[in-house]
Amino acid sequence: MSEEQDLNVQDGLRESATFDRVTMNEIRRAAETGIYDIRGFGAKRKVPHFDDLLFLGASMSRYPLEGYREACNTQVTLGTRFAKKPVVIDTPVTIAGMSFGALSANAKEALGRGASAAGTSTTTGDGGMTPEERGQSSKLVYQYLPSRYGMNPDDLRKADAIEVVLGQGAKPGGGGMLLGQKITDRVAEMRTLPKGVDQRSACRHPDWTGPDDLAIKIQELREITDWRVPIYIKVGATRTYYDTKLAVKAGADVIVVDGMQGGTAATQEVFIEHVGVPTLAAIPQAVQALQEMGMHREVQLIVSGGIRNGADVAKCMALGADAVAIGTAALVALGCNHPKWDNDFKKIGSAAGFYDDYHEGKDPAGISTQDPELAQRLDPVEGGRRLANYLRVLTLEAQTLARACGKNDLRNLEPEDLVALTVESAAMARVPLAGTNWVPGQSF
Amino acid sequence: MKTIDIAAGSVRELNQALHDQAEHCSEREFVVTNPKGAHNIACGLDASVAVDIHGHAGYFCAGMNKSASVTVHGNAGPGLAENMMSGSVRVKGDASAAAGATAHGGLLVIDGNAGSRCGISLKGADIVVGGNVGHMSCFMAQAGTLVVCGDAGEALGDSLYETRIYVKGSVKSLGADCVEKEMREEHLTELTELLNRAGFDDNPADFKRYGSARELYNFKIDNAY
Repeated sequence: MSEEQDLNVQDGLRESATFDRVTMNEIRRAAETGIYDIRGFGAKRKVPHFDDLLFLGASMSRYPLEGYREACNTQVTLGTRFAKKPVVIDTPVTIAGMSFGALSANAKEALGRGASAAGTSTTTGDGGMTPEERGQSSKLVYQYLPSRYGMNPDDLRKADAIEVVLGQGAKPGGGGMLLGQKITDRVAEMRTLPKGVDQRSACRHPDWTGPDDLAIKIQELREITDWRVPIYIKVGATRTYYDTKLAVKAGADVIVVDGMQGGTAATQEVFIEHVGVPTLAAIPQAVQALQEMGMHREVQLIVSGGIRNGADVAKCMALGADAVAIGTAALVALGCNHPKWDNDFKKIGSAAGFYDDYHEGKDPAGISTQDPELAQRLDPVEGGRRLANYLRVLTLEAQTLARACGKNDLRNLEPEDLVALTVESAAMARVPLAGTNWVPGQSF
Repeated sequence: MKTIDIAAGSVRELNQALHDQAEHCSEREFVVTNPKGAHNIACGLDASVAVDIHGHAGYFCAGMNKSASVTVHGNAGPGLAENMMSGSVRVKGDASAAAGATAHGGLLVIDGNAGSRCGISLKGADIVVGGNVGHMSCFMAQAGTLVVCGDAGEALGDSLYETRIYVKGSVKSLGADCVEKEMREEHLTELTELLNRAGFDDNPADFKRYGSARELYNFKIDNAY
């Protein structure tokens, strides 16, 4: 109980669990402005997550690997199904799609630098490919989005993989949003729209509908690139079991599932908090679908949404993912919400650790902004170094846990290595409640 | 002139032969026979070649075209010339849904009718349709021009940005934020030039112009509390 709540208790005051102060504040805000709240970041509500899972380290019945010296492979190859040139990454932690426009050019460059130094891939976003990003990214995934902003065959052929985006975890069923204050001349030109216009990206693709059409669209992309690069399909986590099956049928090389904790640059708060399912719930659904089709490990699975540390990485892999993607955590590694800017956060009505108004373009950390003065606060070289360090820590942590479970490859981790702390997480992850053999829904 | 029979080969072989021209253009003219509605014919071209397709084409014919001149002597399926960058594409018959979707440049001419969502999210190309266009044409279209010599279906130009639309016949309904606009001299000049390029002899004075009212361009977003 917080100090403030303690005082209330002492004074005999009782806060409503239903109408708490955050809720009442939002009601007042809505009453005053007449418009829904728009913000960035991902879901802030508490949902069952990887913290609710624990690893069963080796003991009498399992043989651990020596923690510092014995090999534990982290390299993963993505896109082995059809592509002539699959993507090989040294760590199974990739950088998720984030647009130039939502982020500054320096931030995009830093993401490329960090990912390249760690031997992994980064991803464009809803705004096209910038030369800085391509130049600094040794492995770049080019997103193919409903808006098709900046889409062109030259950049398509420069990509190491193509990610057809059907949705994202923060807003499955919704399109992107980039408000006018972040639309500089360069951003406007890349998106073929007037400067200062609020860019509300389409929520569905303009030239195909449904999985049968998508299969033909994927073939078109393969034809244009002469079947060289892998095609990913990205979905927001909702009906993941069916989406995965349809994506495989449509010809995907890789499926990316983004849980509801995944971030966004801007959308409605009500969308972020109330649409989609937690990452934890989505992974077993995707893996089941792949296994039933005999495609697990043939079509690779990338999982994103709330990945923060090596334990989260290892738990995703144990549940059957081939790799993960990080977005919010990568930005935090660059300096997003850093306490050193706390005074500046306060000037715009926020605080370090709480800032989520990415759409306003006033980010004191210089990351989610197009303001040149703010953007220069982020040194792309230093940012890249920080991100590379962070990626290395994630990898080392995941290796530590895998070795403790006796695994010489992160992809050898398995659900049998996990137990759950809560009934909810046991049901979602389909692993036993700790200390029992009980998997809710599977055994009694 | 090189003739490629899809019935005897494959779309892959055709497209590879066409793509190879980007590196070293050894053949300027291609004739494609027996397309039989195959998908993705002549997509991703990047050379100044002429491609004549004798028969009907399926989805995404001439998708992402650059520089090439593609003619379909038949009908075309959905997504014709989607995301075209430059060059020209002509269909002698009708085109299905989403013709010219997101196209950035070049000229798309459809001698017959176009289905729904013609010119959806258009980004700078010019489209001239000899017949009618279906519903939701130019939905969220950003730049470029659509000329319709026949009638337009429901919700023309819904959520339009800066694309200009000229329609000779009737418009069943206009979409959100799309309005009829004054036809000034500069527009008559532009329309005359487009009709000439498309090879149509319609009288520009018979057309009406439609564009964005620009009322939906900005949210009120001052909702930080």
